[in-house]
Amino acid sequence: MFGWHGKILRIDLNRQSFEIESADTACCRKFIGGRGLAGYFLKEYITLPYDAPEMPILFFTGPLVATPSPTSGRMTIMSKSPLTDTIGDSSVGGSFGTMLKKTGLDGIIITGRSDLLCGIEIHDASVRLVSAKALAGRKISDLTRILQSKGAIAAIGPAAENGVKYANIIIDGHYAAGRMGLGLNFASKNIKYITVKGTGKTEVADPVALKQAGEDIFRLVSASPALMGDYGISRFGTGALYDLMDARHMMPTLNFKKNRFDHAASLNAPAYRNRFIPKSTGCRGCHIRCKKTASDGRPLPEFETMSHFSALIGNQNMETVMAANHFCNEHGMDTISAASTLACYFELAGKHPASENIIALLSDIVYQRGTGKQLGKGSARLAEDFGFPEASMTVKNLELPAYDPRGAYGMALAYATASRGGCHLRAYPVGHEILRKPVPTNRFTFAGKARIIKLQEDVNAVSDSLTACKFIFFAASVEEYAKVYSAITGLSFSGHELMKAGERICYQERIMNTQNGFTAKDDDLPARFFIPQVNNNDAYQPPAINRTDFLAARAAYYVVRGLDENGMPGREKAQELGL
Amino acid sequence: MVDIFKTYLDTMARNGLIDSGNALMGLADATLDWNRPDDPACKKLSPLFDHLNINALIFARPAEPYWTIINYLAQVSIGPITPKDCETRTFLHDLPITENLSADTLIPILRHRKSSIVKDHGIVTYGTVSLEQPLVTFSSVCFACFVKFFSDMLAETKSGNMNTVKQGILESVTAMLPPPFEKNPPALSIGPFTFEKEVLQGVCEAGSQVVNLGLVDSSFGNISYRANDILYISQTGSFLDDLSGFIDPVPLDGSSCTGITASSELSAHLEIIKQTGCRAVLHGHPKFSVILSMYCEVECCEHRGNCHRACPHARDACSIPIVSGEVGTGPYGLCRSVPKALKNRPGVIVYGHGVFTSDHTDFNHALYNLIDIERQCRIEYFKKINMMAY
Ligand code: SF4
Ligand SMILES: [Zn+2]
Repeated sequence: MFGWHGKILRIDLNRQSFEIESADTACCRKFIGGRGLAGYFLKEYITLPYDAPEMPILFFTGPLVATPSPTSGRMTIMSKSPLTDTIGDSSVGGSFGTMLKKTGLDGIIITGRSDLLCGIEIHDASVRLVSAKALAGRKISDLTRILQSKGAIAAIGPAAENGVKYANIIIDGHYAAGRMGLGLNFASKNIKYITVKGTGKTEVADPVALKQAGEDIFRLVSASPALMGDYGISRFGTGALYDLMDARHMMPTLNFKKNRFDHAASLNAPAYRNRFIPKSTGCRGCHIRCKKTASDGRPLPEFETMSHFSALIGNQNMETVMAANHFCNEHGMDTISAASTLACYFELAGKHPASENIIALLSDIVYQRGTGKQLGKGSARLAEDFGFPEASMTVKNLELPAYDPRGAYGMALAYATASRGGCHLRAYPVGHEILRKPVPTNRFTFAGKARIIKLQEDVNAVSDSLTACKFIFFAASVEEYAKVYSAITGLSFSGHELMKAGERICYQERIMNTQNGFTAKDDDLPARFFIPQVNNNDAYQPPAINRTDFLAARAAYYVVRGLDENGMPGREKAQELGL
Repeated sequence: MVDIFKTYLDTMARNGLIDSGNALMGLADATLDWNRPDDPACKKLSPLFDHLNINALIFARPAEPYWTIINYLAQVSIGPITPKDCETRTFLHDLPITENLSADTLIPILRHRKSSIVKDHGIVTYGTVSLEQPLVTFSSVCFACFVKFFSDMLAETKSGNMNTVKQGILESVTAMLPPPFEKNPPALSIGPFTFEKEVLQGVCEAGSQVVNLGLVDSSFGNISYRANDILYISQTGSFLDDLSGFIDPVPLDGSSCTGITASSELSAHLEIIKQTGCRAVLHGHPKFSVILSMYCEVECCEHRGNCHRACPHARDACSIPIVSGEVGTGPYGLCRSVPKALKNRPGVIVYGHGVFTSDHTDFNHALYNLIDIERQCRIEYFKKINMMAY
């Protein structure tokens, strides 16, 4: 096979055994790789509790990984989410995917539970299970320093070990496999880290065609203002969005009570750039390099973190944002969920954020002290405990990221339908609703959005499976990536055939969520968005979302997606998609 | 729905892409709607929505002279049409042709490309987000074919390969061209503009004129004005004749990133302003300037094939410098070549792409130069093919 190796490593921690399983071409064609293949292998276990020993945790690369394809360094980690109970996948960068592929594997499936805290060390064909007892409770930067000679690193910090529901797995010291609480899945198996080092090659069917296809994509990337423009993410990181979100009245402020932040101008990406003189870094195989590191070595916050640790919690101190970001990373904790849970807590407890010590609170969460115990369960469970669930700004228990859906109705629908809970990345309508790519759409209407969201979910399932970075799809499309995919695998595939695979992957995820009891009632937004209440010191106020229109758009989405009126998948559609 | 169709139909007609109202448009959400549900083509094209992952479709016969040009190219082309202009190179790759208007023949083609020319029928093109995508593609196909047609005719003439059939087509297409530009363009507001309101008005006014005069393909191009250390620039993908609300203020001290939605040529505009000290910058895609930019008489050039990004020769058309450069900020970005070439010159032509002009006060001179460059290039073109008509 070209592109894939056709090999998956199965690790059973109960028996401490390793086995190589072959993946057949038909299966690879159907599910591509990354998120698609991982979902395929997760399916039969999805109704188990997240911490059942049989529940697998899956690491999957795609056919593009470790080839010269643009943005080819990403991969998927998947299991059942402890936070949302949905399928829990995270696309993550760094070098882990590339290294894994270089060992001659497409993926790893880990089941069972180790008796002692352990590390798994993979070096080409060699797999070792080692004790990690001495590393218990260690922070990410310590682990990175200790393990760096062993290749790429996936590790958890104290947040996961102490049971925080939104603990992350951190790759190579600062790339977070975030949002889903996957760190807790690691902890439930008693894994502290996995390292992987490979020296092999991924065979490409047609290197000349790959070069040509790559050049077409590079040209489009160069022409993209959002990626490579003077104010694009290559120069400023994803924080480049900060000003725009405020200007468009979409910056979630004080737990989504407002959508403009008075101090935004002094906390934007140029302000960070001036203060921290950052260097650019990026995932393996990427020339956009959207990650920024301050001269003191701390990573600059991503847009979501910048926004939530300032506007959402009402903090105007840049150093607090930097410190909070660093703290979460060091302890392996999701920044969006942490900030959003704090914002929810401040509202529920009637606290004034300015008088709170944010870092001390985050520390209480990680070490499960006092209120930290409640906060570590995430905002939905916290608000439930307070008897005021409306204060939790979540969908399916996942804390919403930094785009107020009252300013972009495609985003409203996308939050509701995303298979892993309130997530912006599943359909990323910011592309057309805000960044005007591939063409602008009217952000204040649901008209036409059902099909757009469905199609974009399919595209992003493709990109998470190939795997490529979603950001590059601001510029390129599946049409160009189909050429890359065909050149690498030697299989003739059009963009539309890839989209079919994307549809299959999304439908499979729907089926899994349905098996865990999710229905239309879960595809909903917090009530706050339907009630007029925003009070900006600004003449213009975006109105509340019209609930009838929202429900009509959701019903239209179900039709386009091939679901019944309760959002349930059907046998016929599943068969049509070969599921 | 009806209103949505009307907006796009009007835009296409206004830009001379179709004869008024003469396009079939389909838009799908949970259901599929057509602007002319009784058109027999609806039945033929509906399966495209089932078999391709699309939500919008346009099928139309382009207005003249595009239609004669496109149909001619479709008849003589072996395989897809392969224009070499920047738009095709960057976004469309090539232009496939089908023999008949049926879903069976179109689906396999449209799996790989954004449009197909259907011989004797028109152009079919689709979008995945909005009708604006097929509109843009439709316009790009028309523009690319226009440029390719006249480029081919020039090459044939120079190589002595013209025959009576080709000459006949060339003459009939030429007869359908709009009249050449008047030497004096309509007067625009007098600058310099200082208040934001004046700036925005000035930019909108100039943008509309550029479109009215046919100096861009389907309203694209870009335009900016500097006042009070802010560059006001048209947003990416904005229609130049409808700029109100679509102009980004970009502070020159770099203190805000709101310019992330600005035109993909923001870097070129910023550099032009920095290097020439001017206030107003105009960028359009006038066709004969583009055609002449691609006509090169250097023999046996070892850089052929790379002309669009790194031509080392000093070239000009009608004494206007021609430079290489790709869209945006890449290693061959036109932001690197255009600004210095524009210093003390009335304008610069970018190979296979378009023209930049600038001015120190307002848009009057910039517009005059844009028109004059195209006027002269058109005269020069017909001189080169020994036709006196223009
Ligand atoms: S754009 Fe950023 S996130 Fe995407 S692959 Fe490149 S460095 Fe990683
Ligand atoms: Zn241009």
